Amino acid sequence: MNQPASSKPDGADVTTLTAAEIAQGVASGRLRASTVVADTLARIAKDNPLLNAFTDVTAERAINRARDIDTTIAAGKPVGPLAGVPFAVKNLFDVKGLPTRAGSKINRELAPAARDAVLIERLEAAGAILVGALNMGEYAYDFTGENVHDGPSRNPHDTTRMTGGSSGGSGGAAAGQLVPLTLGSDTNGSIRVPSSFCGLFGLKPTYGRLPRTRSFPFVFALDHLGPLARSPRDLALSYDAMQGFDAGDGACVERPAEPVTSELGKGVAGLHVAIAGGYFRKGLCAEGIEAVARVARALGATQELELPEVARARAAAYVITTTEGGSLHLDRLRKRPQDFDPATRDRLIAGSMVPAPLVDKAQKFRRWYRARTLELFEKVDVIIAPATPCVAPKLGEQIIKIDGVEMPLRANIGIYTQPISFIGLPVAAVPVPLSPLPIGVQIIAAPWREDIVLRVAQHLADSGTAVAPSPPSR
Amino acid sequence: MTADEDQLNTAIKAGAQMLGLTIEPAWMPSVRANLEVSLRLGKLVEEFPLPDDHEPASIFKA
Repeated sequence: MNQPASSKPDGADVTTLTAAEIAQGVASGRLRASTVVADTLARIAKDNPLLNAFTDVTAERAINRARDIDTTIAAGKPVGPLAGVPFAVKNLFDVKGLPTRAGSKINRELAPAARDAVLIERLEAAGAILVGALNMGEYAYDFTGENVHDGPSRNPHDTTRMTGGSSGGSGGAAAGQLVPLTLGSDTNGSIRVPSSFCGLFGLKPTYGRLPRTRSFPFVFALDHLGPLARSPRDLALSYDAMQGFDAGDGACVERPAEPVTSELGKGVAGLHVAIAGGYFRKGLCAEGIEAVARVARALGATQELELPEVARARAAAYVITTTEGGSLHLDRLRKRPQDFDPATRDRLIAGSMVPAPLVDKAQKFRRWYRARTLELFEKVDVIIAPATPCVAPKLGEQIIKIDGVEMPLRANIGIYTQPISFIGLPVAAVPVPLSPLPIGVQIIAAPWREDIVLRVAQHLADSGTAVAPSPPSR
Repeated sequence: MTADEDQLNTAIKAGAQMLGLTIEPAWMPSVRANLEVSLRLGKLVEEFPLPDDHEPASIFKA
């Protein structure tokens, strides 16, 4: 039996390693899970007071779990593909023993969750170690990462700036190297926006692919869960560990798991890549234009195509979101309106008053838009599009100026992500490391082709086009 | 305040009463601004022609 060494691979700081590197080190016995967890908890203690990514740290649970993994390895027994990998989840995931606050003041009065969310159980079954829950915009109705109850999550690359939301802590924790892997949710862009602002790889899988069981909802018709990380391999490893049907989510599709990690090295030869034009060229900052151009060059993409009626698709997503949100929270709006973030409350109240025919029409339009967009994927394998119209704005900023035109910031951060999640297409957000701030590009494929978006993301990482930049040392 | 603005305020107050919501006067401009955006975007969707037999995306499966 090999005795695990306490030394770290190549003397590296464990917190700078990717999930794949940690898992390899732990499985091979070069690294102890207990060491990884101890270093991770120390890093969180040091940097979280500034970044404000974590709202809960499950230290005792993580230490015990790491000890179990080390014992398993010492006994010569097999461990999972994520052995010893610390991860954290947006605080809308149920974590046993914690109230699922979903970024709100009201929900933190709920009884502690009796059981972990399905995706946490699956990651832990693969050997990963939960270390805590993460800050988020209230009830996920947010693109900024700001939260009036818990304070804003701060961008590790410039702590005066937004992480993006609503999975703000998920972005800040992974980009700030507090953990290598986080989970977020994405209704209209809430994985892809923080990935863009924080310089991360993020995966929004196909709608219905990953079960949302035991997570707090926002818009059932549009909610997705997925990972954020500093490498596409980490997205693939975690995604593979999380795939599979669960009856607790009515939208989860009974489809066999289709592992993608083994596909990552297949490259992009033979893939037909097009650039989203028209709508996706308007209102984009200079950094976004440069990022899309770099990705297009790296993929040899020159053809532009236009998605049909994109502005209307974004409008329909907006209508469905605000009305489902208003309905979900109606009773809380009646009983405790003062306990909401005023901005969330006023949007939800307005959402509850949208006439029903508009919602019905939006759902009918959704079906039309899906059919027309899927026709495009008969001719191309991948569509690339900007993830956000701008780099991370300053915290508190209300107005964004693009091409000299001033626009309300919050309403416009998701203009490029909303039309894609509206019909549940799989997307990998990839970070283009511009200076001083990164910005993301969406790699979009047909439903169930997560393999393709992650292959492309891996190719872009291998070529140095997409890189998750290291945060400044503190 | 124009007649249209006055009508929307009236509609919000009636909607709040119907739904059992309390809207304090200070919240009214923000609620109203948000509803205006939703109605503007909803109009964009509503104007798109679709046949009567076009099914919505959300289909219940028994």
